[in-house]
Amino acid sequence: MAKSVAGPEIEKLIQLLAKLPGLGPRSARRAALHLVKRREQLLTPLTAAMAEARDKIGICSTCGNIDSRDPCTICTDHARDQATVVVVEDVSDLWALERAKALNAAYHVLGGVLSPLEGVGPEDLTIRQLIDRIEAGGVKELVIAVNATVEGQTTAHYIMDRLEGLDVKVTRLAHGVPVGGELDYLDEGTLAAAMRSRTAL
Amino acid sequence: MSEPAKLPATLEPPRDAHAPGSLPSSRVETLRVGDFRNYSVLDLAFESGFVVFHGNNGAGKTNLLEALSLLSPGRGIRRATYGEMARQGGSGGFLVRAGIVSNETATLVESRLPPPGGAPASRHLRIDKTVARTADELLEVCRVLWLTPAMDGLFTGPAGDRRRFLDRMVLAVDPAHGRRASDYERAMRSRNRLLSEDRMDDVWLSGLEAQMAELGVAMAIARRELTRMLTAKIAEAASASPFPAARLELSSGYELADFSTAAVETEEEVRLALRRSRGIDRAAGRTREGAHRADLAVYFAAKNMPAALASTGEQKALLIGLVLAHAQLVAQLSGFRPILLLDEVAAHLDPGRRAALFDLVALLGVQAFMTGTDAALFEALAGRADMISVASTSER
Ligand SMILES: Nc1ncnc2c1ncn2[C@@H]1O[C@H](COP(=O)(O)OP(=O)(O)OP(=O)(O)O)[C@@H](O)[C@H]1O
Ligand SMILES: [Mg+2]
Ligand SMILES: [Zn+2]
Repeated sequence: MAKSVAGPEIEKLIQLLAKLPGLGPRSARRAALHLVKRREQLLTPLTAAMAEARDKIGICSTCGNIDSRDPCTICTDHARDQATVVVVEDVSDLWALERAKALNAAYHVLGGVLSPLEGVGPEDLTIRQLIDRIEAGGVKELVIAVNATVEGQTTAHYIMDRLEGLDVKVTRLAHGVPVGGELDYLDEGTLAAAMRSRTAL
Repeated sequence: MSEPAKLPATLEPPRDAHAPGSLPSSRVETLRVGDFRNYSVLDLAFESGFVVFHGNNGAGKTNLLEALSLLSPGRGIRRATYGEMARQGGSGGFLVRAGIVSNETATLVESRLPPPGGAPASRHLRIDKTVARTADELLEVCRVLWLTPAMDGLFTGPAGDRRRFLDRMVLAVDPAHGRRASDYERAMRSRNRLLSEDRMDDVWLSGLEAQMAELGVAMAIARRELTRMLTAKIAEAASASPFPAARLELSSGYELADFSTAAVETEEEVRLALRRSRGIDRAAGRTREGAHRADLAVYFAAKNMPAALASTGEQKALLIGLVLAHAQLVAQLSGFRPILLLDEVAAHLDPGRRAALFDLVALLGVQAFMTGTDAALFEALAGRADMISVASTSER
């Protein structure tokens, strides 16, 4: 990086911003400048919002969603069908499904997928918690909604094997999902259609 | 995820052959390259079915074909990295933008390598200004096939080159094949990793093996289908073609599996074989059997002799015949008349065969981009071709 012209504080801000997804060093520099220029309108409220998020937002101990409450809003929503649990890779997938209003169900966030190449094993995911949740009773149907990637499908296979013998109906998100399409990016119509046509295994 | 290729069992007669003089139904009309190889910026427009780039060695003829080859998924005719394609001394990024007309629809395809800076060196693809999620979307716009001097050693070289050649041929008629092959590769590498780390997690390995079986069998079937149809095309063309006929022999890479049984049974057999070979594969440090070990043996049919034993000229002629038969198959099955990139093909042919090649291309109704150091090689195309003289900046 070029030698700082504005002191180490701004350099540190740029470096941190550049770690955000979608921001490279160049756009981080622009964002930092933008923030500093709009101190009152942007920098101060953003700092406060971030501090509040840090203090209050955590991970739901039931489903892995992100919320300021534990159990989260979804897990405590009685208008939802809490007996149907949709298994997703990441919180972003949960959000995508919620935006699509595809299902009125509960979720389970795995926190990733099995990937020997990236060193992610079963112990790094919330598979144990999922099984505990089912063994505790109340879950009648599981919808496995992982991405149609090699890792996603391997993870689905793994979970299904581990569920063997448990009293739960397992369905899988139908392959209405286009090739290479990750859940997070799908348009909402496609997602709703995929959820409706999910297939029983 | 990986339906085996569903290709028609019989070959229909080719659709409306093009009236002489009319333009190919799938063609490149404009090309802009920026900071690409030896070009800082260049705009070209094409008006004919034949486009000839002629000029001295090093002028930048092959570079233009390489730019056009980016209209196909993958890294183009040289299989270079995108960084290598960016002009030395330029911004570090490049732009290749082509205006295509395909079955009466105009499409603008843009490949762009952003200048280096953190982001991985992969191209950004836009089709009609919309960001393409995968390069496979290019297969909805056109098909590009090529023949380059680097392929001269195809019959004598490593099996991996022939496998890639075969898979590119399959991809042109079956767009799902690329994803199938890369997923297979990923599943295999994942299993190899688990084995090498001594993580004998049965359920995890089974999950990967199930996918390797499903994908690998689908690949084997798609390759077999392509080989079968190509063989039929070659036989059809044999009497009329000035190029010698090739006989193709595919080996699937699987020892056990018999691909005449239903795919599900074959998959099961392959899955069990993988399961049994965990120990051996771990010791070997690789997967010994599978779609990644396939090979395509090519024979000089008339002499019933392996193509590798044929003369240099004979091998070249065989390869041209193969590529033309494939082009015909693609036109018939994909609904796109493929765009052909023929690098330095004319120079290797005697005048009779050269004229025959031009006539065959015209008959196919495809657009062909050709290169040569000497414009005279293309005399037989007088009045039918865009003759574009290419001169490097230092010469100009
Ligand atoms: N990244 C790059 N930046 C700048 N110049 C490059 C780059 N890569 C290749 N070149 C130059 O491009 C020139 C033209 O290459 P090209 O292969 O297109 O020539 P050609 O016209 O096909 O020649 P030949 O008749 O010998 O096949 C070469 O001289 C090479 O040095
Ligand atoms: Mg060249
Ligand atoms: Zn929750």
